[in-house]
Amino acid sequence: MENQHTHPHDHSPIVQEEKPGYYEILEISIRELLVERELIAPDDVRKQIELLDSRSPVLGQKLVVRAWTDPAFRERLLKNGNIAAEEMGITIYDETTFTVLEDKPDLHHMIVCTLCSCYPRAILGLPPDWYKSKQYRSRAVKEPRAVLAEFGTLIPDSVQIIINDSTASLRYMVLPLRPPGTENYTAEDLEKLVTRDTMIGVTIPRIN
Amino acid sequence: MPVAVEHNPAKFKVGETVEVSVKFPLGHYRTPTYIRGKKGLITKDLGKYINPEQEAFGKNAGDKIWYYMVSFSQKDIWEQYNGEDTDKLEIEIFENWLEPINN
Repeated sequence: MENQHTHPHDHSPIVQEEKPGYYEILEISIRELLVERELIAPDDVRKQIELLDSRSPVLGQKLVVRAWTDPAFRERLLKNGNIAAEEMGITIYDETTFTVLEDKPDLHHMIVCTLCSCYPRAILGLPPDWYKSKQYRSRAVKEPRAVLAEFGTLIPDSVQIIINDSTASLRYMVLPLRPPGTENYTAEDLEKLVTRDTMIGVTIPRIN
Repeated sequence: MPVAVEHNPAKFKVGETVEVSVKFPLGHYRTPTYIRGKKGLITKDLGKYINPEQEAFGKNAGDKIWYYMVSFSQKDIWEQYNGEDTDKLEIEIFENWLEPINN
């Protein structure tokens, strides 16, 4: 067979260089056992990953902006997050209770999960890596003002800070304050101000 | 008309001060160590939720127990808390981790 592949770069084969770790082996073993016993199908796993990956902070932005512009919706969102989200076409696909924390001029909320990585995934997608770090999880509860300052967020002493530690069945999202000077903004303009981190409460929406 | 009887009513009420149990069981408990032994205020009765300590091991999955939002003053949790007196921490705690305060 004639070899027409003559250019000089190196074609090393693609191989898995690292050995799978303990938890990777554990996951594969459990998954294969569940499939073998027909308790789940491989397509279920794929579908669930697809569902998780389909969520992103865009959904949260839409909820926040609607709450900023529609007082009746704001009330429904604060009263029952699951029903209000479903009204906007966002299904809460797990057994959690979506709980919205309302910031006020004299009150700022910030969320954390000290035990693991509880996060409103149905609304915001997967959490950022720092949210799962031991540094953030341990320090957010103990010195929230210092952690906020490191994120560039200075909360005046006159503003109360409530840190919400998510432990089991509730999932929190912060409803931040609408910044002054945005009275004439369109919904699209407002959405740009509502970043992921404003809904975790480590920063606040700002006009650049 | 028959009246629904709650055989297992909530033990605590909103506005009640409680203490978080100090215990160290093995298993999948959802009460962080830093909050054990601290006194806080029940701010919401969240209703009944599946007990994760049983669910994690497939025992009595579906067994629901009372669940509360409890608010703590940060200065009561951390001796060296470097923030305002009004700063709070709110956390959800299952009823089996809460104890009444006997005055």
